[in-house]
Amino acid sequence: MFLLLPFDSLIVSLLGLSLTVLFTLLLVFIIVPAVFGVSFGIRKLYMKTLLKIFAWATLRMERGAKEKNHQLYKPYTNGIIAKDPTSLEEEIKEIRRSGSSKALDNTPEFELSDIFYFCRKGMETIMDDEVTKRFSAEELESWNLLSRTNYNFQYISLRLTVLWGLGVLVRYCFLLPLRVALAFTGIGLLVVGTTLVGYLPNGRLKEFLSKHVHLMCYRICVRALTAIITYHDRKNRPRNGGICVANHTSPIDVIILASDGYYAMVGQVHGGLMGVIQRAMVKACPHVWFERSEVKDRHLVAKRLTEHVQDKSKLPILIFPEGTCINNTSVMMFKKGSFEVGATVYPVAIKYDPQFGDAFWNSSKYGMVTYLLRMMTSWAIVCSVWYLPPMTREADEDAVQFANRVKSAIARQGGLVDLLWDGGLKREKVKDTFKEEQQKLYSKMIVGNQEDRSRS
Amino acid sequence: MGSSGSHATVIPDGDSIRRETGFSQASLLRLYHRFRALDRNKKGYLSRMDLQQIGALAVNPLGDRIIDSFFPDGSQRVDFSGFVRVLAHFRPVDEEEAGIRDPKQPEPLNSRMNKLRFAFQLYDLDRDGKISRHEMLQVLRLMVGVQVTEEQLESIADRTVQEADEDGDGAVSFLEFTKSLEKMNIEQKMSIRILK
Repeated sequence: MFLLLPFDSLIVSLLGLSLTVLFTLLLVFIIVPAVFGVSFGIRKLYMKTLLKIFAWATLRMERGAKEKNHQLYKPYTNGIIAKDPTSLEEEIKEIRRSGSSKALDNTPEFELSDIFYFCRKGMETIMDDEVTKRFSAEELESWNLLSRTNYNFQYISLRLTVLWGLGVLVRYCFLLPLRVALAFTGIGLLVVGTTLVGYLPNGRLKEFLSKHVHLMCYRICVRALTAIITYHDRKNRPRNGGICVANHTSPIDVIILASDGYYAMVGQVHGGLMGVIQRAMVKACPHVWFERSEVKDRHLVAKRLTEHVQDKSKLPILIFPEGTCINNTSVMMFKKGSFEVGATVYPVAIKYDPQFGDAFWNSSKYGMVTYLLRMMTSWAIVCSVWYLPPMTREADEDAVQFANRVKSAIARQGGLVDLLWDGGLKREKVKDTFKEEQQKLYSKMIVGNQEDRSRS
Repeated sequence: MGSSGSHATVIPDGDSIRRETGFSQASLLRLYHRFRALDRNKKGYLSRMDLQQIGALAVNPLGDRIIDSFFPDGSQRVDFSGFVRVLAHFRPVDEEEAGIRDPKQPEPLNSRMNKLRFAFQLYDLDRDGKISRHEMLQVLRLMVGVQVTEEQLESIADRTVQEADEDGDGAVSFLEFTKSLEKMNIEQKMSIRILK
């Protein structure tokens, strides 16, 4: 018993010392720069080292595969089948031409072979369609030492396994506690800070403090995720009275944008921790929170947005018009609500580099907490943000055309595929109106010719 | 954590499926990943609803008929081998393979005859081996929707059946079908190439 005491106090004092050192390091290297918005460049160095390690790992796997005379499974993001982009009319004409020896100007009304076009197109979509693959995480071409992205397990050598094990140790035992501590600090400061600022009378001081409390806390959260963000064209940043629209990949998008600008958030009122955060934030500056019942009422939503936008003293609104998370390889249909309001739209393109950690939130697979834990046990979140020049609706275009124009600009800048499909296809079936368009096109080929015949 | 994301690269019955369908190992692997992506609830098989969720298929006028071809004989589920067996009809025809084929073995799924048989079945709903005038009308109606009147459609169906019908029974049998399409480059029009 007596012998244990000195050991006990030794252990306790060692523990205390290491915790103090850890927290001082935390404070100096992470929180203080976050408060002032500067960076030591540690994260960039980390990124470069990781890239070198990943390249080495992929080479080893390829070598392992070659020894067994196999090929590594390499995912294709552009689809697994060869497609030629011809229209319905061209294809059917070609099919008819190849099948009949009749002269071309006697084009018949209907051929048994027309069915082949629809049949093959249908089979092509079963093998590979543009939409289904957008709702699952993007597949990587080289391995990044995370078991969640490996498709070639049997080619891992002993050295790679050891490296992977080291990676697991670093990520779970060192990075994860650090990040969780930072996250708690960030959120705690946000709630406390905004509540305190809320007590001040409205005026310049309140605005100034509110802005800086928000920015500081978001910057701490950014470091909690080890997010390495590159901002481009910051001169185009959204201004008061405008609406900022961006493509949506995960809830982290909000943190990434809000750490570089001061926005008014739009969203549904939640319960629990989110609700506490929302209520605190709204005390410091006006955000737009909707009750669950109000969300369904499109007119009410439009009215509140318009009111907010017309008040020039209020902050720019941040909205994600896709309405759901897409896996960052494409941009899907933008809902027209925010484009009807009539304000200046500031488009922003966000593109993540999945090599270091996939930020896509597959809400059907993971809940929010699991998702955040996955984020915090990845290597890092690396992304680029482009602020595009502001756009306004022109006189001769309606809200849908304007939305599509903004969507194309964002897709082009971020290098994403521009799709017309609705992100709601994640959960619902497609509308019948699209089928009618195909039917119309085909009918013209059968019946339109009949009119020509009756004329001749 | 995260091991649920690992992809098993071992396909159940992989070898027998490869022999039956003629797909290469790499293509089979891609199709297996596709099968698992379509199988949203990880049931191990696909139901009609899984295929109906594909947006681009739902807007295809013959979408429902194509989905039906995966569920023969009233079944409600299709496993991976059934899935690949249907898709094998669309494998491009390999000229060398056709030359060295053993005539005693059953025809490969992607032969010209089998491709034609597949298209024939899209017309012939009741599987009686003949496309009646009524069945022709039904398919036409699917392809044009509400855009064409009943009379126009009937006259088109009549004319098509008349042209193809040789023995005068008022329906198009499989042989008559193949005869009317004998010049068609079926091998190319009903083939989908999977990238290596």
